[in-house]
Amino acid sequence: MYNTDVMNDNKNIIDSDDLISQTPSKLDNAKTVGNIHVEDPRIIAKNINVYYDNKIAINNVSIDIGKNEVLAMIGPSGCGKSTFLRCFNRMNDTIESCIVEGELYLDNENILDKKTDVVPLRAKVGMVFQKPNPFPKSVYDNVAYGPKIHGMAKNKIELDEIVIKSLEKAGLYEEVKDRLDTPGTSLSGGQQQRLCIARTIAVNPEVILMDEPCSALDPIATARIEELIYELKENFTIIIVTHSMQQAARVSQRTAYFHLGSLIEVGSTDKIFTTPQHKLTESYITGRFG
Amino acid sequence: MSITSILLIIGLFSISGYYAGLKKSLVLRENKKFHSAPIYHGALLAINSSLSSIFFIISWLIIEKNFYTDLESFRNILYIISIIIFLTVSLLTFKKIKHDFQARDNLEKIIQYFLLVCSLLAILVTIGIFLSVIFESNKFFGVISITEFLFGTHWSPQMPIREDQAGSSGAFGAVPLFAGTFLIAFISMCIAGPIGLMSAIYLSEYASKKTRSIVKPLTEILAGIPTVVYGFFAVVVVAPFIRNTGSNFGIEIASESALAAGLVMGIMIIPFVSSISDDVINSVPQNLKNGSLGVGATKSETIKKVIIPAALPGIIGGLLLAVSRAIGETMIVVMAAGMSANLTANPFEAVTTVTVQIVVLLVGDQEFDSPKTLAAFALGLVLFIITLILNYIALHVVRKYREQYE
Ligand SMILES: Nc1ncnc2c1ncn2[C@@H]1O[C@H](COP(=O)(O)OP(=O)(O)OP(=O)(O)O)[C@@H](O)[C@H]1O
Ligand SMILES: [Mg+2]
Repeated sequence: MYNTDVMNDNKNIIDSDDLISQTPSKLDNAKTVGNIHVEDPRIIAKNINVYYDNKIAINNVSIDIGKNEVLAMIGPSGCGKSTFLRCFNRMNDTIESCIVEGELYLDNENILDKKTDVVPLRAKVGMVFQKPNPFPKSVYDNVAYGPKIHGMAKNKIELDEIVIKSLEKAGLYEEVKDRLDTPGTSLSGGQQQRLCIARTIAVNPEVILMDEPCSALDPIATARIEELIYELKENFTIIIVTHSMQQAARVSQRTAYFHLGSLIEVGSTDKIFTTPQHKLTESYITGRFG
Repeated sequence: MSITSILLIIGLFSISGYYAGLKKSLVLRENKKFHSAPIYHGALLAINSSLSSIFFIISWLIIEKNFYTDLESFRNILYIISIIIFLTVSLLTFKKIKHDFQARDNLEKIIQYFLLVCSLLAILVTIGIFLSVIFESNKFFGVISITEFLFGTHWSPQMPIREDQAGSSGAFGAVPLFAGTFLIAFISMCIAGPIGLMSAIYLSEYASKKTRSIVKPLTEILAGIPTVVYGFFAVVVVAPFIRNTGSNFGIEIASESALAAGLVMGIMIIPFVSSISDDVINSVPQNLKNGSLGVGATKSETIKKVIIPAALPGIIGGLLLAVSRAIGETMIVVMAAGMSANLTANPFEAVTTVTVQIVVLLVGDQEFDSPKTLAAFALGLVLFIITLILNYIALHVVRKYREQYE
């Protein structure tokens, strides 16, 4: 898979030769390299395990996420990034075979607790999906959907205000202000994705999860959304999954590298991309596998 | 000799033809590379020659039956000629077998035409039925005016047998029949629509995989029960039940009622509605549902505001198909709704439907040129057109919906 002799022997390297081809269970004792803690954590994940039909997909992952931080999650396909991301708004509940274990604190409340009500949770933790998924409704109704459900507007005027503000924040308002009643599905791919972002921020979330939000978009639309993430980070905590190393480097402060369901390395984005500590991380970011 | 024995002979000849072709190409292949595998040469030879002679026999028989009945005495000539055709074609094909003879392509062509004929057959039969119904109806409309038939409100299809017979001039106003048909279809849709839809929602959105794998086949069993069985279920169980319940509340309900027939027909159609709706709901992308759940909508809000609206065109298409099914259904109505052509909207009374009257008109010894029998064709024609239109709209709507998510 990759060549060992190009690897420089480093301080705390685990012998990754074996690890790459191993099953997740063999990585059991792999300790995350780097500091998983932050000073002022907003979210604390402790010993998260996720199983699909008893097959382990996330293996004992712990990590803190700070306020107003953008955390990028990278790693080879199938390593469990999406699975881990879905823990933060309990979207894994919708998958019948999926079991999540561990503790996940958001503002000191364990959201994995059975008693946690997912409805307010998902309003608080918004999600943007890989493929733009506007409803087959008008642009306006797409954005108004969440606020209406949560009864956030007392009247039409307030609702209009929320819709317009969200579209503005998503950087879409100028483009669609004359056609708020055309179907959301008739917009271009990039516009649709920004519409979905507007729909997400319309319910005033505090955390935004993004699962490869730009993978269906061209470079211009991607740049537009990255800009948006940069602006949104003022007010939101953002966790973004991406396959693009450049994107991770551009938008995030911290980066987490996943491999076969384990969190291999966490650190500030600069450090991860310039001086990775773990062999697996290095091989991935230098493009030797993935 | 008979046709059967000549066909048998042709069959035997074909087998030997197959082996002859096979043998020749096998032998020739020793020296030169062949375009097609040996079995194609054999098969082509057999099919070519047997098809030609069978084609000849069929044409002969058609001509004999329809145009020149005299030909029957020349049957022996038919047999001889068909054998000659067989042998000639075999010989010609046999001679063609060479290294570059494209037997495979020829055979594929023949198979392709054969399949084409099969599919044309279904279409031709439909057209044939349609034409014969039109033809017969036309005769009917020669006697009874089309306006009287379509707009008349009195139905009693008795025709005088003798010119001077008293009190039996027929009336052919079909309105009561169509009213009865739609009344029953309406009642049955009131049952099947909501129940079918809800069960589809349950199955596709709420049920666990395991429940689904048990419940779904069970509801589909409903669709496999013969309609006659539903019919006597209606007569023996439902109708008396309705009548007793009615009399407890002081309502007079006939023992044969539109309600009984409609209820049972509704039950019959439930699996139809639920399985189409289930398909349609399942084809709403998970992505869309996630979008709704992701902003904190509950499951029922998601179903109400995203899934159902997105699936609505398909569901409506399914309901229309079910309506056309209900309109065309006969057996239950014959048994449970009665025969009297009342023009009423009261579901407690006996009504009759188009299909029931068609049965009534055609059962027993009938002259095929009296308006009474011909009326059946006219009814059939109108019914056919109605269900055709319904089906067309329904399929169109469903297809349109599918495209939306492709
Ligand atoms: N619904 C599911 N049912 C069963 N197994 C699943 C399901 N979803 C994911 N998995 C498995 O869990 C593992 C992690 O999948 P996940 O989608 O989280 O990977 P990922 O890192 O997001 O990959 P990608 O970069 O390709 O999106 C994979 O082995 C996958 O096969
Ligand atoms: Mg993924």
